[in-house]
Amino acid sequence: MTNLIVLPILIPLLTAVILIFLAKSVRMQRAVSVLSALLNMIVSFTIVHEVSVNGIQKIDVGSWPAPFGITLVSDMLSALLVVTTTIVGLAVILYSFNSIGEKREKFYYYSIIQFQLVGVIGAFTTGDIFNLFVFFEVMLMASYVLLVLGGEKIQLRESLKYLTVNVISSALFVISVAFLYSVVGTLNMAQISERIASLDEFPGILTVIAVLFLIVFGMKGAIFPLYFWLPGSYYAPPVPVMALFGALLTKVGVYSIIRTFSLFFHQDQGYSYELLLILAVITVIVGVIGSIAYWDIKKIIIYNIITAIGVILYGVAMATTTSYTGSIFYLIHDMLIKAALFLLIGIIIKITGTSDLKQFSGLIKHYPGLAWTYFIAAISLAGIPPFSGFIGKLLVIQGGFQSVEWIGSMIILISSLLVLYSVMKIFIHGFWGEPKEYVRKEAISYQTLLIPVILIIAVSVFYGVATEVIHPYISQAVETIVNPEIYIEAVLKE
Amino acid sequence: MEILMAIIIGVLFATATYLFLSKSILRIIVASGLLSHGAHLLILTMGGLKKGAVPLVNQEGIPVTDPLPQALILTAIVISFGVTALFLVLAYRAYQELETDNMDEMRGTEE
Repeated sequence: MTNLIVLPILIPLLTAVILIFLAKSVRMQRAVSVLSALLNMIVSFTIVHEVSVNGIQKIDVGSWPAPFGITLVSDMLSALLVVTTTIVGLAVILYSFNSIGEKREKFYYYSIIQFQLVGVIGAFTTGDIFNLFVFFEVMLMASYVLLVLGGEKIQLRESLKYLTVNVISSALFVISVAFLYSVVGTLNMAQISERIASLDEFPGILTVIAVLFLIVFGMKGAIFPLYFWLPGSYYAPPVPVMALFGALLTKVGVYSIIRTFSLFFHQDQGYSYELLLILAVITVIVGVIGSIAYWDIKKIIIYNIITAIGVILYGVAMATTTSYTGSIFYLIHDMLIKAALFLLIGIIIKITGTSDLKQFSGLIKHYPGLAWTYFIAAISLAGIPPFSGFIGKLLVIQGGFQSVEWIGSMIILISSLLVLYSVMKIFIHGFWGEPKEYVRKEAISYQTLLIPVILIIAVSVFYGVATEVIHPYISQAVETIVNPEIYIEAVLKE
Repeated sequence: MEILMAIIIGVLFATATYLFLSKSILRIIVASGLLSHGAHLLILTMGGLKKGAVPLVNQEGIPVTDPLPQALILTAIVISFGVTALFLVLAYRAYQELETDNMDEMRGTEE
């Protein structure tokens, strides 16, 4: 079926439109969104299978041949990220049932969630640089509304800041596209790559454009020094929204950096890659400083997003097969585990009524299931061997040592310790110790909230234990990234 | 012609940057309007400003101006229009709830 790869965009889009008409009936909304999320997950698994058997899939939308129309391209990297997005989407929707509250649900909450998924999946699948901008805007517009929906004071305040930052970065994106268009005269990513490769020497203006793209996507993906908006903005929304943002939004920026740098700017390994390397290492440092500094459990997990972005981009900056493999392993792991961690601290906040770590302890006595799920999530995040964070970080660091980047690799190794400390701090101070009085008041039923979390954790444990099964897929993804010719060939030639 | 446009766009960007750094929300929204004007003019300029007919199908076969940047601008205009509308309503709502339009008074994240 030739239209297969458009379905992960089309299914949530149609669902979002249908959900607009079902606004007053919360039950129908829930049923429709779960069904659509399940269907989308099945479809995206089919795409992964299809890509692994038949190579890169593409559609020329409207049957205009490749450089002239918009092309949707699904290589292994996009297919895997789409699968991860649908899994996270399903878990967040399930979690929302018992946590978001009917008031928000009646105001198009599920519809906007679906639009958010449209934007994210579209950004992963597109093969056109301006279309990427449009999908970014779809995603951002949905995120503005999700951030402010409910209209509490803190949400209004943080939405204003988040909106301002993203208006600026979107304008910068338009400017970068304009510059790139004036140099290469095309918008199709494969043809841009081909035209840049056909130049005799890499002109300075392309290095400038590379840095501009790094600024634009770095602003979306929160790298140092452009991460400043993230801690505040992610603190404001309700927990399922926070999980959706933490798992997906920044990762789209990271994906775009991987795509543009490996496809467009790979000849210029000197300046822009060096810059990316330095920024990635500083991002890791800033992230761990933030995560060990706070005693607020939301803040701790938020700063861990920044650390993970740094680790992934460090692997990208090495640009070797090993380090790319590590980065992609880590990227998918991080999307899953960040969603799980946010949903878990959401349960903790629901039980204790506070996010201040100093105000509660001894949760393990009444909530053992929650405690051990959190424990697994925490050690997965730090990268303890049987779990999912290990193989990615191992390969990133191995790639670093192979490229003789001792300092950066050592910093990433040490950062793992501090990440472990920051999440174990929550475990030790929150779950161990004497239960404080309000915990005993009533045991809140949290089992329904835990189901989607266990779903994600199960996927992530499988992902860590069955590396042998996953590895062929990842190495196929890396093959396309390291050899852009495969991508160009698949898109431009019949 | 391109040089003149570049200077004008530069002035737009400079004004926008100046206004973005001010305290009042309304000034920031005006800044976002100017910034998107600048970005849209830049697309038009970078597409080339050579003389040509309007990009409508003509029988005479006269060369037309590049239609692609115009389509891009049209897309970017409606997107920034939507975002600006949201921004304005958000600012209005924030003014009602928080009773200030001064960004300096919106510091911090703790309630």
